[in-house]
Amino acid sequence: MIQQADNPIVEIHDLTVSYYKKPVLWDIDLCFPQGNVIGIMGPNGAGKSTLLKTMMGLVPPDSGYIKLFGKTLDEVRKQVSYVPQKESVDWDFPASVLDVVVMGRYAQLGLFQRPRKADKEKALACLHQVGMEPLAKRQIAQLSGGQQQRVFLARALAQEAQLYLMDEPFVGVDAATEKMIINLLQSMAHEGKTIIVIHHDLQSAPNYFDWSVLLNMRVVAAGPTQDVFTPALLQETYGGKLTVLSKIGELLREQAWPTREPN
Amino acid sequence: MEFFSFSDPNVRYVVLGTLLLTGSTAMIGSFALLKKKVLVGDAIAHAVLPGVCLAFIATGTKHPIPLSLGAFTTGWLALVLIDQITHRSKIKEDTAIALVLSVTFGLGILLLTAIQHTGNAAQVGLSNFLFGKAAALVSDDLKILTLLSLILMAMVLLFFKEFTLVAFDKSFAQASGLPVQRLELLLTSLTVLAIVVGIRAVGILLMTAMLITPPAAARFWTHHLPKMVLLAAVLGMLAGLVGSFVSYMAPAMPTGPWIVITISLIAYGSFLLAPRRGLLARRIQQRKHQRKTLTENILKLFYELGEADGHFYKSRTLDTIRQYRPLPAGRLAQELKRLQKQNMLQRERAGWVLTTAGKNKGEEISRLHRLWELYLTHYLKIKPDHVHEDAESIEHVITPALAEELDSLVKLHTKQKKK
Repeated sequence: MIQQADNPIVEIHDLTVSYYKKPVLWDIDLCFPQGNVIGIMGPNGAGKSTLLKTMMGLVPPDSGYIKLFGKTLDEVRKQVSYVPQKESVDWDFPASVLDVVVMGRYAQLGLFQRPRKADKEKALACLHQVGMEPLAKRQIAQLSGGQQQRVFLARALAQEAQLYLMDEPFVGVDAATEKMIINLLQSMAHEGKTIIVIHHDLQSAPNYFDWSVLLNMRVVAAGPTQDVFTPALLQETYGGKLTVLSKIGELLREQAWPTREPN
Repeated sequence: MEFFSFSDPNVRYVVLGTLLLTGSTAMIGSFALLKKKVLVGDAIAHAVLPGVCLAFIATGTKHPIPLSLGAFTTGWLALVLIDQITHRSKIKEDTAIALVLSVTFGLGILLLTAIQHTGNAAQVGLSNFLFGKAAALVSDDLKILTLLSLILMAMVLLFFKEFTLVAFDKSFAQASGLPVQRLELLLTSLTVLAIVVGIRAVGILLMTAMLITPPAAARFWTHHLPKMVLLAAVLGMLAGLVGSFVSYMAPAMPTGPWIVITISLIAYGSFLLAPRRGLLARRIQQRKHQRKTLTENILKLFYELGEADGHFYKSRTLDTIRQYRPLPAGRLAQELKRLQKQNMLQRERAGWVLTTAGKNKGEEISRLHRLWELYLTHYLKIKPDHVHEDAESIEHVITPALAEELDSLVKLHTKQKKK
């Protein structure tokens, strides 16, 4: 059950991606509509993070293509912002909250240029949007989970992109922060921005996302959330055992078979 | 003390050279430390030996350019080898590092011994590569090494923000469009260069210490990365100064161990004495907490005894207090005297008595204890028999602002329940 979007900002066609030589995404077809907060959900190991990483060019696909704004990633990099899982970073790094947010401006600056006053002011404005401006000088080692996530979000906002990809932003985050973030994302969507969120809590999904994707190594369903969140489709996503797929994947990995024949 | 007048131009050059060598190594070491790539640096340092020996065998001289080239080449080869082993087999990085380190160093020693037995006069001083000797740096060496150190420092400054981002959050850097592969290549090359250059002062065997000890020491004094790198450079240079001084006073001594001892002492000193993060500062903080806890508990005890028999300003003996707060009599007497100095208690013939201030303080602590218990039982629904121990600790931590919040929460909750 995959619905097409009217004005797609992202188009994914026949995408297959492997993680350490074992395919984790099989023949994915997806498109995401502009100006929405979109949720991607699925069980552990479903390939959700891998999908986002492939969209950001961090993982090479075995087959298929991804078009962002109708172009390749390299053509539109400045329009796309990636918010990785906060666990991917060592928070003992010697840096303040403001330092991290200013890093969001580095790509705009290019090599050899120092951040200017305008960059610092932009960073502070983004911190203000996430309610962290008073903590600008604080060491990141002293932040709570919710505060860390806000800092990551502020850094993404500082990039001034049109498309935002967020990997499990609500894990280990307090309720107040979660509420504040989702409100911010929804107002950004109103302004025409698109935010794709990997989410882990099915309860809150209908309230957060207008458009949802159920993923379990392949697309089970994609479309408006109320169409996608049916018991049958949820069962297929979370309950189905993909034993054959797993076994094939294991074989491919163990014997180093290529996932696609070389052209 | 003639040394420190720096009137001898030789001394000037050697000191300048050593300072630049140790300073630039410390700067690069900061990034190696942050990226947790320090052991790899050790392997590179050890792999330099065969490179130096081969360059000597090839050219027959100790000219700095071929020696540095040889060193750089084998240093890089070691890295490639470690990388290949890790990616093409099941061997993990630390094992691969140990393998490459030992094999290349063994090879180097073989070559060095062979060279030493040829009787070629030019080879004297090759063994200085093992422990470093600043005094052995002649003008040719110094010129090249100074140039290389300056290039190193300039590159670190030029690419500072890129290196910082790659060290902190590589996937974000890559997603932002930064050429992460090339930046890592550059950082690695600079690390190999720093090692090749620094070995002349510190030696192969102690190179790792020179890479990590200055930034590790600097970490205790600042949270701001640019300051940390600068401080690491300064501390490294300080150690280098001591090393070159020793080299001047006792030319037979290797400089490496002296430099490393100096920087290690600085690091241990930082560990102990740094404000807030240092060991001493933490101990002091701990003692303050213990003291506060004890004095507040005593006042609370006085207050609660007073509540029990309706007479707050009754004199209590040391033994009575010891019944409820079992402490060595001497320690307790000390705390009571302290409370007297703070005007919380007064000494009377048979015992001690609360002052008005003391009574108010005791009352306050008691109130906070009960407030916390109410919060736990009513708001968090924790079993009543679990909350006393909890409150015994938390009563000392609650600030006035938090107390107000707790108060209103408990009141609100009691009101809601009554509805």
